[in-house]
Amino acid sequence: MGKLFAVIVFVIALLSAIPIITHSWFGSGISFALPEDISTHGHAIDDQLSDTMVEAGLSFLAAQFVLAFFVWKFSNRQANAEIKTFPGGAKGLVIAALVLVGTEMLALGILGQKAWAAVYFTPAKPDAIQVQAQAGQFAFYFRYPGADGKFGALHPDKIDEGNSNFFGLDPANDVDSRDDIVTGELAIPINREVHLMMHAKDVGHSFYVRELRIQQDFVPGLDLSVHFTATKVGKYEIVCTQLCGLGHYNMKAYLNVLSQEDFDAWMKQKASEQ
Amino acid sequence: MSDRVVQAVPTTADVVHHHQPPQGFIRKYVFSLDHKMIGKQYYALALVAVFIGMVLSWLMRIHLVWPNWPIPGLGLLSKVGAPGGVMTPEYYLSLLTMHGTLMVFFVLTNAPFAAFGNYFLPIQIGAEDMAFPRFNMMSFWTTFLAFCILIAAFFVGDGPPIAGWTSYAPLSAVGADAGPGQGFGQTLWGLSIFVFCIASLLGALNFIATTLDLRTRGMTLSRMPICTWAWFITSCIALLAFAVLLPACLLLILDRVAGTSFFIPAGLVISDRLQPHSGGSPLLWQHLFWFFGHPEVYIAILPAIGIVSHILINSMRRPLLSHKVVIYCMMGIGFLSYMVWGHHMFVSGMNPFSSLMFSFPTLVITIPATIMTLIWLGSLYGSRLRITAASLFALGFISMFVSGGVSGFFLAQPSIDIYLHATYFVVGHFHMVMGVAAIFGVFAGTYFWFPKMTGHMMNESLGKLHFWLTFIGTYCIFMPFHYLGLAGNVRRYSAFVDDFLVPLIPVHRFITIAALCTGAAQLIFLYNLIHSRFRGAPAPDNPWECTSLEWIMPSPPPFDNFGGKHVVVYHDPYQYGVKSSTGDYLMQNSPEQVEVRT
Repeated sequence: MGKLFAVIVFVIALLSAIPIITHSWFGSGISFALPEDISTHGHAIDDQLSDTMVEAGLSFLAAQFVLAFFVWKFSNRQANAEIKTFPGGAKGLVIAALVLVGTEMLALGILGQKAWAAVYFTPAKPDAIQVQAQAGQFAFYFRYPGADGKFGALHPDKIDEGNSNFFGLDPANDVDSRDDIVTGELAIPINREVHLMMHAKDVGHSFYVRELRIQQDFVPGLDLSVHFTATKVGKYEIVCTQLCGLGHYNMKAYLNVLSQEDFDAWMKQKASEQ
Repeated sequence: MSDRVVQAVPTTADVVHHHQPPQGFIRKYVFSLDHKMIGKQYYALALVAVFIGMVLSWLMRIHLVWPNWPIPGLGLLSKVGAPGGVMTPEYYLSLLTMHGTLMVFFVLTNAPFAAFGNYFLPIQIGAEDMAFPRFNMMSFWTTFLAFCILIAAFFVGDGPPIAGWTSYAPLSAVGADAGPGQGFGQTLWGLSIFVFCIASLLGALNFIATTLDLRTRGMTLSRMPICTWAWFITSCIALLAFAVLLPACLLLILDRVAGTSFFIPAGLVISDRLQPHSGGSPLLWQHLFWFFGHPEVYIAILPAIGIVSHILINSMRRPLLSHKVVIYCMMGIGFLSYMVWGHHMFVSGMNPFSSLMFSFPTLVITIPATIMTLIWLGSLYGSRLRITAASLFALGFISMFVSGGVSGFFLAQPSIDIYLHATYFVVGHFHMVMGVAAIFGVFAGTYFWFPKMTGHMMNESLGKLHFWLTFIGTYCIFMPFHYLGLAGNVRRYSAFVDDFLVPLIPVHRFITIAALCTGAAQLIFLYNLIHSRFRGAPAPDNPWECTSLEWIMPSPPPFDNFGGKHVVVYHDPYQYGVKSSTGDYLMQNSPEQVEVRT
């Protein structure tokens, strides 16, 4: 029975590793690969993830194999079989764990800082494109400051979705808000940094674009922002990852990365529609 | 392993107070003061909760992959939530909320800690009962009240709560404006957890007082069995953790019913209505909740670690390479558990510098966890391992603990968490390391202690069959969650409509089938449990040739445990692999002197 356990653990460990190594569901064409990274900071995250995968994968396989091997070898021995002590005893194992795992974790911890710092410890460049994102049950809206480069102030009491005043702007009294451009998709130019200011209208939400390697919560009452640079033209899904109510699963928008010319044209068109 | 002989010698003065068991049904089975009955009550409550929780997970899994299939009978449970048996998105979220809350609080906290701890902690230290039997009874019935309040939330008018087991504010705090499920049901959720906290605090205090004050003669702290240590350390963690969740729930309830704004900032427009709140902070709730929430993970897993170690030692017929190192590791994990709560909040908008402060201690937890794993594996080397249903589940626990543990390497790092946060990777991680591993500890404990608790043996063959199906089944369910997470599959979605999620649905279908099969396999356990309770072979006093004090008494134990006597303990808890008059082991209370292994 011990041998059966050993075989099953061995097989489970191997089978578990296959989809990780092949990035697919046992040859069915279903891919588990990370989507192509379209950001300037994402490669640091991807590298960190694959380094961690190697270390975690080796630890996983080693521990499962040793477990299987020892159970195979030492289960159901004769009642008078000699009980042996692992060479080095507890002391050796504690030192091994401290040195090996300690170094590993220290390395991961220190290396991982770089990727984190690239996203969070640097401010957005002054010439970054300013966009405000607003999350509400169950849609994202985006706002560009328009020709004057200034966002109009928000007045929550003026929010009126029926009249498409999603942000609660007050163009009658507020000059800055008159040329603000409000859209349902996030269009950005390629290779230009974007400074995304995040505003929650009602409850918590989150902004997740897999290809951008960006995930950031919207927190009501808190002015948060992220900045990123997209490096590939295309349309990507923005989804909400913070439970926000019944429509959570369906709360999404698109990130539209355009060439500079297309972006300028898009902006012009949107400005004329406002 | 040292083997000191205590000075004390039993005298006739030790044979003192002999208690008669209560005769009435109510005093004996309902409002019992006996820690053994209370332990069984906790176990029964956990069993009911785990059954409901499991059925909820089935319903969710079915809905995810066959969304339009009317589930027979579901329409009767909720006409609004599941008209004709097809559930609405909000009903899916209520099931998710109730599943998480039931499993974390009423199963993972109750079964390994409160149930087995109540039954065996006093016995293993040679006590007659808990330090405060009346408190103990109150703990259970308060927990039961919390359970009833939570279940009542299923049946309230505007639906059960949908904010998840973490109930993030302001969704959970603003009331019915936030949509279905945010009315009275959510208030009941807060109330239930509030009451549960009171019960857990009473229980934790009782465990601590019992361990410190009621140890019998010769039972020094270092002679306590490893599971007693685990329950003791867990009580200390629970005392501090629930003490924070208790006021947090109170504040949440006040926000909901008394118009306060602890967690609600100004200017929120919900359902076209400007909310009359200002000045609160949603992050405050997250901090308070996770300050409890992370230690809670260890409240679930440490008792399982203790139980599994206890059973492994017995099955290996040898002590661990080091008893003390494992105990220090448990203490270390308990201590670190208070310094890592922020790793649940890397992308929450808290100060990004503090993320690193939370990341390092999280990575450091790997060290004690690895040491414990290596000690288990190193102790297996050269042992005389007996394969029983209990030891299989204990070995399965090690496998699960490793599998669930290594995915923690990823989530402890804020940079990787940017990508993996709120994906199925996280779901796979915590289900394996906290859910399945802890449940394996409970199964191991059940197969091991059932003979003592009931006086009947369980059916070993059925137990082993149950193990194989559950072990393979849980891997089939939870391993693929990690792959889905790597593909960016977001959690807490009631349907997969996004372009990148649709191709992954066949994998979800596989998981659903695995979940249904594994769940069905639990019926074998249930049958074994009930059948053995009445028809199982009579259990001898010490069927597993175990050394700790619970095995010196008849099965099941008499009402006052040791017949009014004070047991005297002469040895460290695990004298295995020795040559004594009883065989290869020596009971803790045996005055016999043998050559011990060093």
